[in-house]
Amino acid sequence: MSDIIKAENVIFEYPVLDDEGKEIARNRVLDDVSLSIPEGQFLAVLGHNGSGKSTLAKHFNGILLPESGKVTVDGIDTADEKRIYDIRQTVGMVFQNPDNQIVATIVEEDVAFALENLGVPPDEIRKRVDEALKTVDMYEYREHSPHQLSGGQKQRVAIAGIIAMRPRCIVLDEPTAMLDPKGRKEIMKTVKYLNREHGITAVLITHYMEEAAQADRVVVIDKGKILLDDVPKKIFSQVELLKSVGLDVPQTVELMYGLRKSGLDVPIDLLSEDECADYLFEMLSAGENGK
Amino acid sequence: MLKDITIGQFFPGNSLIHRLDSRFKIIMDIAYVVMLFLTSNYIGLAAAGLFMILIYVMSGVGLGLVFKSLRPIMPLIAITCILNLFFIKGDGEPLVNLWGFITIYTEGITTSVFMAVRIMFLIIGMSLLTYTTSPIALTDAIERLLSPLKKLHFPVHELAMMMTIALRFIPTLIEETDKIMAAQKARGANLDTGGLIKKAKALIPVLIPLFVSAFKRANELALAMECRCYRGGEGRTRMKQLHSGAKDYIALLIMALMIAELVLLNIYVPYLGIPYITP
Repeated sequence: MSDIIKAENVIFEYPVLDDEGKEIARNRVLDDVSLSIPEGQFLAVLGHNGSGKSTLAKHFNGILLPESGKVTVDGIDTADEKRIYDIRQTVGMVFQNPDNQIVATIVEEDVAFALENLGVPPDEIRKRVDEALKTVDMYEYREHSPHQLSGGQKQRVAIAGIIAMRPRCIVLDEPTAMLDPKGRKEIMKTVKYLNREHGITAVLITHYMEEAAQADRVVVIDKGKILLDDVPKKIFSQVELLKSVGLDVPQTVELMYGLRKSGLDVPIDLLSEDECADYLFEMLSAGENGK
Repeated sequence: MLKDITIGQFFPGNSLIHRLDSRFKIIMDIAYVVMLFLTSNYIGLAAAGLFMILIYVMSGVGLGLVFKSLRPIMPLIAITCILNLFFIKGDGEPLVNLWGFITIYTEGITTSVFMAVRIMFLIIGMSLLTYTTSPIALTDAIERLLSPLKKLHFPVHELAMMMTIALRFIPTLIEETDKIMAAQKARGANLDTGGLIKKAKALIPVLIPLFVSAFKRANELALAMECRCYRGGEGRTRMKQLHSGAKDYIALLIMALMIAELVLLNIYVPYLGIPYITP
């Protein structure tokens, strides 16, 4: 499959100023990052605070432009100012705080915002807004005002506002960081649904291991460089390396890692709780039968 | 405390008043204000009041709200009354004469009552516009009504957008203010006691974090709007179109008749031997 987003040798820095506004150093946030994301993939970008993961995300739809190097979206260079709206329609972006990305006072009006900006005819807007709201399962709240909704519901409205544009890729910059566990689950379910059922490429920026474990592919970023790039099972097997860059591993891996250290021969790459529980159950009942 | 403010709130409903075209409602609201200021006698004022009550009943908005909406402007009414009471000089002997410089005339009393009632009717009547019109319909109507000004390069769309965003963020910022106040109280800030100046000073530790956060929010919102291809009013479409029909024109006609009636009352009441007041 073709690549929807392609970053080649991207370098991004910002100047560090002293008290008088003179440049004293340059802070390099992204250091020679190359990454291609095939269409239809569910990619998680993992990194701790200040690793450059959000900065990378902002390059994917032209909010930030690389200092050197190049980012292309569906073959269009993001530096091409004339096609910036094509790029933003292809790659939608959802941010961390749902409160700060909802523009209108009524849910359905907010979902319509992007389409109104694009000059879509009213009947078509109505159709697409209803569709988008049904996709994120918020249709019955269409006439509510955003402040009556929970965090997870608001974030789903924000997602609906993006998918109403019918993007081919959706970038989510820590969409669950401000939500409670219930809201977090709702969002992960929605993202997976969009990816599996609608074939939308999903790029999830996160620092939650459990979320990254659900992706097709995980990219670990540290100090502006890509440290690891593989399927989740392979990534989370490298417990020592992840810990050395200040990241955790999912609780199941942590458990298996502990068991392994104490001399048991168990696999380390059981990422879901069910998988892990099943394995332990098998192992324990096999041990009992062997007695 | 902050949640008690009812001015500017919208109460969804499906009455005839709710369904009127918001552009017509704004025009009629302005006409209503003009009407109140045209009236110069009690009969006209009573007629305007009856008209207002009738529309309130039609809209189905509870009358309890009416009094709630009046509470914040009570000080204004009181000041108006007091000023009118002491500064209006009549023709006859003053009713009260304290040491020669504090005087109250009959005309002062009648004028101040008249003014108080008029301000109350003004607030109550104007509140009905926001009670029965959704903020979106309201800003939409303002954008449309002002659109001729676009030719003079007046930023009509930007103004409407700013109003929408302001309305959107009022509940968010009120919630945030409550949180900051609670946080500052938890650290020992004293926000409720002391004189006016002390109270105002005590608000500084609340306002500064509120402003910082509002700017942060604005920054993020601008980014989110850009990601959704916002590029000003040029070439923009709307999901909900405003429609006007026969009911809107009839309502406008009734409003015009009301104004005509009050003007006629102004002219003829003096000849009917009923107390006449020039505000």
